[in-house]
Amino acid sequence: MSGRLTVFRPRLFPRMEIPTALLANAIIAGLLLGGFYAAVSVGVSISFGMLDVVNIAHPAFIILGSYIAYIVNDRLGFDPIVVSLALSPLFFLLGTAIYRVYYLCFERRGQESLRGLAFFFGILFITEVALVLVFGVDYRMVSTRYSDVTWRAGEVDFPMRLVVPFLVSMAMVVGVQLLLTRTFFGRAVLAVAQDQLALRLMGVNPVRVKELAFGLSIATAGVAGAFLIVIQPVQPAIGREFIGLAFAVCVLGGMGSIWGTLLGAFVLGIAESFTSTFFGPSWAPAVSFGLLLATLAFKPSGLLGR
Amino acid sequence: MSNKAFAAVAFVVALALAVASQLITNEYFFTAGYTVLLFVILATAWNILGGYTGYVNFGSAAFFAIGAYTTVALYNAFKAPLAVMIVSGTLVAGLAGLGLGYLTLRLRGVFFAIASLALAVVLYVFVVNWDFVGGARGAYILQPREVPFGMPRYIHLIYSVQLLMAALALVVARATERSTLGRGLAAIRDDELAAECSGVPTLRLKIFSAMMSCALMGMAGTTFPYYLSYVEPSSAFSLSYAVNSIAMPLIGGMMSWIGPLIGAVLLGTVQQLVQVTVSSAWNLLIVGALLVLFVTLAPNGIMGWVEARRRRKEH
Amino acid sequence: MPGRSFPPVLGRALGALAIAFGLTCAALAQQPLKIGFGMSLTGPLAGNGKAALIAMEIWRDDVNAKGGILGRNVEFVYYDDQTSPATVPGIYTKLLDVDKVDLVVSGYGTNVIAPAMPIMMQRNLTFMTLFGLNVNSKFKYDRYFQIMPAGPDPAIGWSQGFFEVAMSLNPKPRTVAIVGADAEYPAMALEGARAHIKRLGLKVVYDKTYPPNTVDYSPIVRAIQATNPEIVFVASYPPDSAGIVRAANEVGLKTRIFGGGLVGPQFAALKTQLGPLLNGVVNYEFYAPDLGKKFPFLDQFLAKYQARAAKEGVDPLGFYLPPYAYAMMQVLEQAIKATGGLDQAKLAEHIHESEFDTFVGKVRFAANGEWASSRVMMTQYSGISGNDVEQFKKPGHITVLYPSEYKTGSVKAPYHENRK
Repeated sequence: MSGRLTVFRPRLFPRMEIPTALLANAIIAGLLLGGFYAAVSVGVSISFGMLDVVNIAHPAFIILGSYIAYIVNDRLGFDPIVVSLALSPLFFLLGTAIYRVYYLCFERRGQESLRGLAFFFGILFITEVALVLVFGVDYRMVSTRYSDVTWRAGEVDFPMRLVVPFLVSMAMVVGVQLLLTRTFFGRAVLAVAQDQLALRLMGVNPVRVKELAFGLSIATAGVAGAFLIVIQPVQPAIGREFIGLAFAVCVLGGMGSIWGTLLGAFVLGIAESFTSTFFGPSWAPAVSFGLLLATLAFKPSGLLGR
Repeated sequence: MSNKAFAAVAFVVALALAVASQLITNEYFFTAGYTVLLFVILATAWNILGGYTGYVNFGSAAFFAIGAYTTVALYNAFKAPLAVMIVSGTLVAGLAGLGLGYLTLRLRGVFFAIASLALAVVLYVFVVNWDFVGGARGAYILQPREVPFGMPRYIHLIYSVQLLMAALALVVARATERSTLGRGLAAIRDDELAAECSGVPTLRLKIFSAMMSCALMGMAGTTFPYYLSYVEPSSAFSLSYAVNSIAMPLIGGMMSWIGPLIGAVLLGTVQQLVQVTVSSAWNLLIVGALLVLFVTLAPNGIMGWVEARRRRKEH
Repeated sequence: MPGRSFPPVLGRALGALAIAFGLTCAALAQQPLKIGFGMSLTGPLAGNGKAALIAMEIWRDDVNAKGGILGRNVEFVYYDDQTSPATVPGIYTKLLDVDKVDLVVSGYGTNVIAPAMPIMMQRNLTFMTLFGLNVNSKFKYDRYFQIMPAGPDPAIGWSQGFFEVAMSLNPKPRTVAIVGADAEYPAMALEGARAHIKRLGLKVVYDKTYPPNTVDYSPIVRAIQATNPEIVFVASYPPDSAGIVRAANEVGLKTRIFGGGLVGPQFAALKTQLGPLLNGVVNYEFYAPDLGKKFPFLDQFLAKYQARAAKEGVDPLGFYLPPYAYAMMQVLEQAIKATGGLDQAKLAEHIHESEFDTFVGKVRFAANGEWASSRVMMTQYSGISGNDVEQFKKPGHITVLYPSEYKTGSVKAPYHENRK
């Protein structure tokens, strides 16, 4: 690098000199990461935020999505993200089936909170083991045409490995938001959380609505799984790492708000990239989850919560 | 039975078991027994908040790790005696539970659950970056060569201590359940708003039970470094403690102190057996499947099922 | 007791005893020789655990094909430790007290070796272990042996080669950045690197760690680049190794020498996934195909291993761990044959005193049970194209830079000109 660096001097700390390129890169990296986090959490935002289903196994479906994208890519050479989008109806069906079981066993009996939680813990383990038995325990990764491509705008890098998932994720999140606000189905989903009786009176079966919405949330998990395996190597047990993250994003952004989830994802992404760049990467999770704890203690409705 | 009488019986039984076990020469009994007892304490402790009030604590591993790392810190500082470690670990974990409860127990249950998960992550990062307790490299805790009370090996001692601590946890759980406090907690579980309206100091009760619950989880962790001789953050904060401490009360039944005991003994023993009989990935699968089966088919746990059968017979 | 003879009665009694003992031995010879261990077959390190198990089973079959040890067939009793230390005391007490195995060896890695140590020490058992990192520094147990070739001081031995190679550059580098994951191995490797840095009088411009589950490593690599280091030493586990190498390529890391302690590129999975991105990286290996002639028996072993590994979905190359897992068992086998029995004290004494001829070369152990001298090879990847696994089975892509007796070429620097 050249000796002359443009620097940014924060007003509060005039002695501190931050190279502008480093700062710009930190912001971009944070946004790209946030885009991926949004894809991971948007499904949780639907199931947990709107339907009140504490689906702790959400990351397991993400990993399942990763492996399906991997196997199709490995055998047939299709792009993993395209594969995941094409197969998302299957994930949707899987989601509706799981909700059926969940409803019949727990929700109908009014025992959802705790037992439902244990149920999803069980699903998490079963999925993990099934993946181990089928694929083994090695790390898997896919390579795509854009995996090793990086665009440069001045001194700012845009690695396509993160940009492509980011763009598709944004499209997906906006799509989900439009679906939820502009369609009858979407408004029914929003109503499910508030007044089931009113829905019934309108001739809508809330269970059916929740079933479809849960299917939608699992469909997003499948797509997020493809992003994950494009971004980093995957092995069956790493899903657990994302449980905390997905729920943190939802609560931070505000329960049941898709825009809130997007904002929460960006906040965590940027917090992580700033901590990594300027402070010490080791503290990044503490900063993220510290933010979450502070939100819970002082503004429990989240950033954009109703 | 009054609480005092129960306490007396529990400790006498624990002591008798501890003494009788010394006749067993097979060391596997002690290591397996230690693990099952560890889960008895964790499950009983978790149930004091989770079962009695319905507030789910995901962070059992964090409180367990607080206990374990208090021991490591005291060992590194001045090789404190085991009793000091146990008391300090319990107190520190209790204080952490108090803090967490104070900040988040006024919110809906799910928020408390998420906050406990977040606390686990934050504490994990602190431990990883705290070199005094070994940081990411982990810490070695050497078992003393001299074992008190003429026991042949150190595992015999920590097994016996664990037995007494399990008795203590059960006594605390039963006393909580049968007191005015317990009735208040049950009212919170059934309908928190109604309880609040009828003058139950819900927040105070919840915070108190969170403190008790977390303190006992910490206590369970205090002997763990001696059991393993080597503690590092990812094993001390392992997800399996969080999962088991929720799964065991669920399987046993959450309404009374006996449910977690049964669940822990059952699931803990099954896990031990599966581990040494079915030697493959099926291990985790069996735990997962048991969990799903139980919550779908016997939603109130074993105790709930027994209760229901008894009632059916009476009618 | 020189100069004193036994009273004749006692002598006769001893003779009778000896005959009885001989008879029991003969009876025992019919029984299989049971070797017990825990191994990670699920959990984060299961990939390595399964690979090690395959290697050990190949050893068992080889030995049994030759008639076993001391005329006894070898049998394994093993349990899945789930990569969780908490399971280990239970597994080893079960093996010893219930299954009554004749010998125990360790599972893979520090996490599952350390919790077994107190049990071994109480029973004075000889304990052959697989890839623990300086576990014995605290226990100081004289019957502990470890097969990874990191040398008597593993922290130092680990990065010795990297810094030797770095200091051979002209002009000599002055600044260094070190980075690693928040986990046990990287922490040890960084500690060793700091010791070398101090000894060499280098200036540390970056010294930080990161959480192992980080998703994007480019902010870290950029922060490193901002300090303009001439040397970048990395200590990482497989997923983060992949992330860091990718980020170095994406950011266009400019430095003279990069790598050192990345765990992962030793395995086929990462070799093929990263492919050409590895070019120019300097990293440790325990074997390279270019060294085929130096390890004459390894080819047969690798052929057997690779055939089985392909079926079971574990590392298809097997250059890293499997040969050493096999060698660990060879040491034990040779020690039992030499001492003629299972006397734990004699076994330990023999292993301390002798040199063992194994598939991974001649092995001699130091007083603390580690290899008497370090043989961590420092290598550089070059000429890798595409993501095909077959290219890594052939010589020419992994140049050995250190130690001198295995050297196959010189380092190419700076890193950024040898990328791609």
